[in-house]
Amino acid sequence: MAEKQPTITKKEMDNVEDIIGRVMQVGVILSAAVIVIGLLMLFVSGKSGYPAGVHPTTFTAIGRGVAALKPYAVIMLGLFLLILTPALRVIVSIYAFWEMHDQMYVWITSLVMVILIIAMVIGRAGI
Amino acid sequence: MLETTFILLLVGVFAGSLGALLGIGGGMIIIPILSVVLGLPMRYAIGASVIAVIATSSGATIAYLKDDLLNLRVAMFLEIATTIGAITGAILTGVIDGKWLEVLFGIFLVYSTYNMIQKLRSKIKTDAMGVQDDPLARKLKLQGSYYDQLDQKEHSYQVTHVPGGFAMMYGAGLASGLLGIGSGVFKVIAMDTIMKMPLKPSSATSNLMMGVTAAASATVYFFNGSIQPHIAGPLAIGILIGASIGTRLMQRIHPRLLRMIFVPILFIMGVQMILKGFGVMH
Repeated sequence: MAEKQPTITKKEMDNVEDIIGRVMQVGVILSAAVIVIGLLMLFVSGKSGYPAGVHPTTFTAIGRGVAALKPYAVIMLGLFLLILTPALRVIVSIYAFWEMHDQMYVWITSLVMVILIIAMVIGRAGI
Repeated sequence: MLETTFILLLVGVFAGSLGALLGIGGGMIIIPILSVVLGLPMRYAIGASVIAVIATSSGATIAYLKDDLLNLRVAMFLEIATTIGAITGAILTGVIDGKWLEVLFGIFLVYSTYNMIQKLRSKIKTDAMGVQDDPLARKLKLQGSYYDQLDQKEHSYQVTHVPGGFAMMYGAGLASGLLGIGSGVFKVIAMDTIMKMPLKPSSATSNLMMGVTAAASATVYFFNGSIQPHIAGPLAIGILIGASIGTRLMQRIHPRLLRMIFVPILFIMGVQMILKGFGVMH
């Protein structure tokens, strides 16, 4: 029993790593593409879309800025997507542990996700 | 402004490729350049560097899609400590005066060079044998196994001193959030030295944790305005390009030689940042 367990887990883990890898790939390429578009817009127009020393930091401000095609807003969106890529990894891992019927690690990994969300709340509170 | 953007792109390419070649996080290279050479405030240098750490980590995951060495359970369990530490660090950065951050970063650089010299001088370290897992490790199913290319054998290992490792990981997260570094050095200390995990799975797992840890502090920095689009944007793209160049160059360049050239530069940068922090030089 004790001998058998690790081999099963290992095989399932490999499968999980495959999924995680693919999800991350899409995430990184997408975020890089958005940042590059924003940088190109900045180069072409030569304007950030905002007064000097100002850039959007809230979801609403970034959303509005992207809709208005402001270069800084597009870059910020891309940077936010890049920050999300490790979080994607955490989310996929929650699913993976769920599939493995590893209840304890579903909780542990969910806790990591909750901490990441708390970070967002703290940042928005401007601390 | 456009010239600065272009320079930052090049800084990213340089730091990304050098980081991949030397196996160190981009932060150690980026922050001295942004702070000492380009004269940016520490807060913005740290914000940009955290983004660079994420780009390095996520980029590396793509390069090595499958890594048999890493231990997902150890990573996730210890990430509870590193992410809380990273948030604490990011909050502290807003409170601590920039000059003290420079001093702290300088000390970190000098310590890192000491660490790299030790590594250059010492022979390959053997992994601890006959480690008994402590009850907590058994309960958390932290033990694992990995396939070693060198002796072509499957090695299984146990994990011990989980509370000590967890505490060290909080410290690693704190350093990461406070200074905008990946703090791989501290993570490997926690897993390899304290928890007695073999070095190969330790470093693979540490790489995985770096991105999630940096995401915690980066979120704080993103929303409080420390991450500037015209600094972090070009830097992130540069890092992604640089990392892929670095991984390709790896086969042709001897990392040991490169390290010997680079260690003194890092040391000088470290001393310079300490002096700058104390206001001895600008």
